[in-house]
Amino acid sequence: MAIGGKEARENKTRYRKNGLNEEDSYMVRNKLLLAAAILSGGAFASPAAAQSEQFIPILSYRTGAYAVNGVPYANGVADYYNLVNERDGGINGVKILFEECETGYATDKGVECYERLKGKGPTGAAFVNPLSTGITFALTEKTTTDKIPIITMGYGRADSKNGAVFAYNFPLLGTYWSAADIAIQHVAKEVGGFDKLKGKKISLLYHDSPYGKEPIPMLQVLAKKYGFEFTPIPVTHPGVEQKSQWLSIRQNRPDYVLVWGWGVMNGTAVKEAAAVAYPRDKMIGVWWSGAEPDVQPAGDQAVGYKALMLQHGAGKFPVHAEIEKHVYAKGKGASEPGKIGEVLYNRGMVNAMLGVEAIRKAQEKFGKKPLTGEQVRWGLENLNLSEARLKELGFEGMLKPIKISCSDHEGARDGRVQQWDGKGWKVISDWYTANQSETEPLVDEVSAKYAADKKIQPRDCSKES
Amino acid sequence: MIALGQFLEVLIGGLMSGVLYSLVALGFVLIFKASGVFNFAQGAMVLLAGLALVRSLDLLVANGFPLWVAIVLGIGFAAVIMAITAWLIERFVIGPLVNQNALTLFMSTIGVTFVLEGAAQMIFGSDVYPLRLFPTDIWLLFESHFPGGILVNQLDVWGGLIAGILVAGLAIFFQQTKTGRALRAVADDHMAAQSVGIPIGWIWFVVWLVAGLVALVAATVWGTKLGVQFSITFLALKALPVLIIGGLTSVPGAIVGGLIVGAGEKLAEVFLGSHIGGGIEYWFAYVLALAVLLVRPQGLFGERIIERI
Repeated sequence: MAIGGKEARENKTRYRKNGLNEEDSYMVRNKLLLAAAILSGGAFASPAAAQSEQFIPILSYRTGAYAVNGVPYANGVADYYNLVNERDGGINGVKILFEECETGYATDKGVECYERLKGKGPTGAAFVNPLSTGITFALTEKTTTDKIPIITMGYGRADSKNGAVFAYNFPLLGTYWSAADIAIQHVAKEVGGFDKLKGKKISLLYHDSPYGKEPIPMLQVLAKKYGFEFTPIPVTHPGVEQKSQWLSIRQNRPDYVLVWGWGVMNGTAVKEAAAVAYPRDKMIGVWWSGAEPDVQPAGDQAVGYKALMLQHGAGKFPVHAEIEKHVYAKGKGASEPGKIGEVLYNRGMVNAMLGVEAIRKAQEKFGKKPLTGEQVRWGLENLNLSEARLKELGFEGMLKPIKISCSDHEGARDGRVQQWDGKGWKVISDWYTANQSETEPLVDEVSAKYAADKKIQPRDCSKES
Repeated sequence: MIALGQFLEVLIGGLMSGVLYSLVALGFVLIFKASGVFNFAQGAMVLLAGLALVRSLDLLVANGFPLWVAIVLGIGFAAVIMAITAWLIERFVIGPLVNQNALTLFMSTIGVTFVLEGAAQMIFGSDVYPLRLFPTDIWLLFESHFPGGILVNQLDVWGGLIAGILVAGLAIFFQQTKTGRALRAVADDHMAAQSVGIPIGWIWFVVWLVAGLVALVAATVWGTKLGVQFSITFLALKALPVLIIGGLTSVPGAIVGGLIVGAGEKLAEVFLGSHIGGGIEYWFAYVLALAVLLVRPQGLFGERIIERI
């Protein structure tokens, strides 16, 4: 019988833990916000535009199959912009004007949102962050033409690390090729060294989309170099049905399964792995497959599951106290207070901070006023956040220093591995840095091909300042 | 060389998955059979029923109710929500459209889909809510015959049992009860049924209510499998090829269609997909459906509609 004895008691405990919390007022407000978004066709804005404000569009998804991941991320972004406005009066006095547009993680809607918002504000969009590799592919040429930077922190096209070719793309903190390299480094460490990878079987369970396909070329390179058997296994959007894939995995028994999922695909993968008794500690998710919504629904079945960290993980740091003091105390927070500090909330916040700091950097050159996308691009390309500056910003311990340059639009390529213990994520590894001797040849090859196809003359980075 | 054990495992797994698709497809069949309306909102109804159940269950358990009491009350609450939904749909959407053509009615259910999806998430939340009403452990069968045995998930078996009970119950309802016969009469001709005194509004309320309860049953199984979340609405798309194959008017057809789709797509994905890059099961189900359409446009068990001109 399903409900009885120990299971019933466990369920009861779980239900008590998951029971309605004290944050109903936030729930109600967010629901009204959602209703407003739906009624207004998906977009809602902060107060009316003024000529002295810097406009930043937020392409988000608060509805649909990926809302579970999209909501905390968008809340982190919105809360950070509100913090800068409420605490500092904006970026050096230039208030941030932001507007959300609902993409539903759909490429067509993402392009529509971009087209609608790119010209808003006194100087147009400072930058755009689509939170979708598919939308990134669709916008790359448009943003270059429009001279608006496209920030794809921890996602997007990996070859755009080469700023000489992709002047307006900024895959900050880590590309999927860096992620693939870090994942294999961790596997190598677990099996006792790179020489032990030979003959091992490593499968990639991936979302069958530009996002999920992105790491494949890098993993193929690494498989050839280290001699492991690599098998990519696609999962069709949205990923609710994975029985075939996991029955294949059960038969093939790979030594490791890398998970490149998003939304429901992640949680389903964990559950299906449990259903075929595949050990969860042999699964390693990319940093988009390692948030709370990916494991909590699976309960005990998720214990042991591992995922990469895009430097930061869950947890609160000094910047969170600032947000609680200056944003939530004034009733302007976007999230349920209990969800502040979750993995994707933090990632949204980090993403917003990097954009704000790029604008601040650009203001040093172009003046303390609303800036154009082209000017902000300069700020991004010259961004240099030292440990001391990260401490000032309240991100100490969350991030390592990052320095962007013309030839390196990634800026940093460090990661760790975390493991779910049933209650929270625990960091289980030291820092890894993606090996550029492995990623760089592929970046050069693919970006050179892109430049040739699009007839782009790569910039001479030695002459850029 | 395909190992027999693996083939059987995939086949059985596919058949079981197919039964779960049938649970959703049954809701479509019920409404079409009884009202001639192709209810695009069935996936959204599964979401609404699941959210109402899991959220009320969470609330009751958090307030100290014993789990079994919470489950009974939660199911009752979700059933009431589905009854209210059925009444609202009949009163404000389908009722005013009596005797309109099928396309108009179909379009109205698309509208209902978006309203239900938005309202359900607005009222009950848009997170992933765990639900564990059935066991999800596995059985390994015939381990002495096949290396590693043949894996069967207990949840799938529960799904099969529930589908069997549902089909039996619905068959009795349609064939043996006065209301069931009235439903069939309404489906044949709204106006003619009204002219002989069948209360069409009441009948449509009943059929939407039954479809809502079937959605609730589907939500208990799929919610246990995936957690209750928005993605459950995508199951409607999984049910479409099932309906095309089984026929829109046949309850047993929904089951047989589900079995064919489930087994077909899983076998194709595992044994064919691995040679051509994978990811084919989603569209392969529609290939099967198209093949059936070419041979039997009304589906394997559907009624052949002949209209005099």
